[in-house]
Amino acid sequence: MSILIDEKTRVVVLGITGGEGTFHAQRMIEYGTNIVAGMTPGKGGTKHLGVPVYNTVADAVAAEGADAAVVFVPPFAAADAIMEAADAGVKLVVCITEGIPTLDMLRVKTFLRARPVNLIGPNTPGIISPGKAKIGIMPGHIHKAGTIGIISRSGTLTYEAVQQVTREGYGQSTAIGIGGDPIVGMKYIELLGLFKDDPGTEAVILIGEIGGTAEDEAAAYIAAAFPKPVVGFIAGQTAPPGRRMGHAGAIIAGGKGTAQEKMDALKAAGVHVAVSPADIGATLRKALARRG
Amino acid sequence: MKIHEYQAKQILARYGVRIPRGDVADSPAAAREIAERLGSRVVVKAQIHAGGRGKGGGIKLAASPAEAEALAAGMIGMQLVTHQTGPEGKRVKRVLVEEALDIARELYLGLVIDRAREAVVVMASTEGGVEIEKVAAEKPALIFKEYVPAGTGLLAFQARKLAFKLGLEGEAFKQGVKFITSLYRAFEGTDASLAEINPLLVTKQGDVLALDAKMNFDDNALARRPDILALRDLDEESPLEVEAAKFNLNYIKLDGSVGCMVNGAGLAMATMDIIKYAGGMPANFLDVGGGVTEEAVTNAFKILVSDPDVKGALINIFGGIVRCDMIASGVVKAAKAMGTRIPVVIRLEGTNVDQGKAILRDSGLAFHAADGMKEAAEKIVALVK
Repeated sequence: MSILIDEKTRVVVLGITGGEGTFHAQRMIEYGTNIVAGMTPGKGGTKHLGVPVYNTVADAVAAEGADAAVVFVPPFAAADAIMEAADAGVKLVVCITEGIPTLDMLRVKTFLRARPVNLIGPNTPGIISPGKAKIGIMPGHIHKAGTIGIISRSGTLTYEAVQQVTREGYGQSTAIGIGGDPIVGMKYIELLGLFKDDPGTEAVILIGEIGGTAEDEAAAYIAAAFPKPVVGFIAGQTAPPGRRMGHAGAIIAGGKGTAQEKMDALKAAGVHVAVSPADIGATLRKALARRG
Repeated sequence: MKIHEYQAKQILARYGVRIPRGDVADSPAAAREIAERLGSRVVVKAQIHAGGRGKGGGIKLAASPAEAEALAAGMIGMQLVTHQTGPEGKRVKRVLVEEALDIARELYLGLVIDRAREAVVVMASTEGGVEIEKVAAEKPALIFKEYVPAGTGLLAFQARKLAFKLGLEGEAFKQGVKFITSLYRAFEGTDASLAEINPLLVTKQGDVLALDAKMNFDDNALARRPDILALRDLDEESPLEVEAAKFNLNYIKLDGSVGCMVNGAGLAMATMDIIKYAGGMPANFLDVGGGVTEEAVTNAFKILVSDPDVKGALINIFGGIVRCDMIASGVVKAAKAMGTRIPVVIRLEGTNVDQGKAILRDSGLAFHAADGMKEAAEKIVALVK
């Protein structure tokens, strides 16, 4: 089992004719993702990578039954693209684009509130349900189908965790990057809620980092309502305050959002916290063994 | 991106936020002229990107133009040390010369993005002139907040609520409402990430002005705000960080001795963490990014080893979109060009890992290969000790 996406998900690629869009759409198709349409304004009626291209997302939804969208358009146009996809009625929007201004994202979140759509990202590697579909830019070949859910704010650090999980003999049900920006779509709690109800997921790895309070909110949710084992890791234990560590959202502001605070909150919630990033896989093995 | 106080005040004035009369001077003579023009007692304020200037001797009152000139002569060229600059301080290039005002009350006004509420929050407090974090910790009931609806922007009633909470009356109330509304428009109109007026001044005459002003901007929006980007002062930034930014590299200098170069911000932070876990300290954060080129890798390596504090380097690459062989050739090129005065441990994983390892092995250079982050961190820490 998996959450949010599987082999039946019908995906429209926004920005499919651009460089990034072309490169990654090709790889998603090779992975087996059901890419049913592309969208580039002004290129409607053409075909790209063997896929029909439409002028609007609404056209792609009407003609091809697309129910998910992935956004590869440049930063200053990306907020509009997310809102267009949401307005067209897709259930899931995955926004890969990095560098969207924060005030644009505040408008996006307000716009989405009134619509039944889930947003993943922006500034995310995307989402993958191994063996079924990937909507994103992660290397498919390092993933393996299995029973571990992964939620992360990072890209390559998620790949690191995936590899450790695989080396311990487990696979992934679904792995999701929620994005490295200060304002993102789905956060840990909503995804934990979906993993809770997914019989194919037996444990979850939660990878966080400095900045914001999403991990603290997740810890409170886990303590109150999440019955499956959770392994946690927080990146940025050595990060200085006040500096943005690559991700726009990874900044300790006003002394808040440190790795230590987040690790303490997760531990208090019963999460198995790996202090070293090399111990994520081993911590998972121990957590599952303890459960028996 | 950060800017100077005088630049923030110039922006705010364009949006109708009231600021004291004054101007910026880059010489003592210019400071004297401004003081003469103002025709009153003046305040001379050193312009650097750091707070705590008053305690460090960077803000002083002058009774005459001659005194303003003398104070400016003392400040311009000095290394001003505050609790935010580090022990080496920051060089003062300019001073802001402003009219001195009759202070009745010092308040606080600040705008930031509240990540949990996903909104711009306007914070006001009757406790001005002290750090807002201190007020939040000690007297949280004295901080008043209004969350701005992203669809409409700040509403008039929200500005009025805050002005009433601040205890403003009569002319000061009218000016306060206009001040808050204008400050929000400046924040939104410039893609700011922070706008802080501390203190917000109420004069004995009932005028409401920004005595100090701090603005930071969303780096992601700078490309569409060329007028803001033009205010960047590279002298305030670390030279290595400026150099790195030219190649779209995310580099931050830290205090340790183990340099690191990683693809991806999360993995880069985790690599710093594991260096510490292994008993060392990271010398920097360096994320070469997802779309990195061989040239960028070469430059990244050069920047890394040109830091004299670096006694050894750890390269940790998890190839996804980035290919390990491309990273390996970039590193080999840079190392051949620069010589390797320090030990370098390389951990490669993911796409084309075997080709990457072969390039390193055949380079004739003494790289140390490692399997996994743990082994890599332990090796480099042992080598720098």
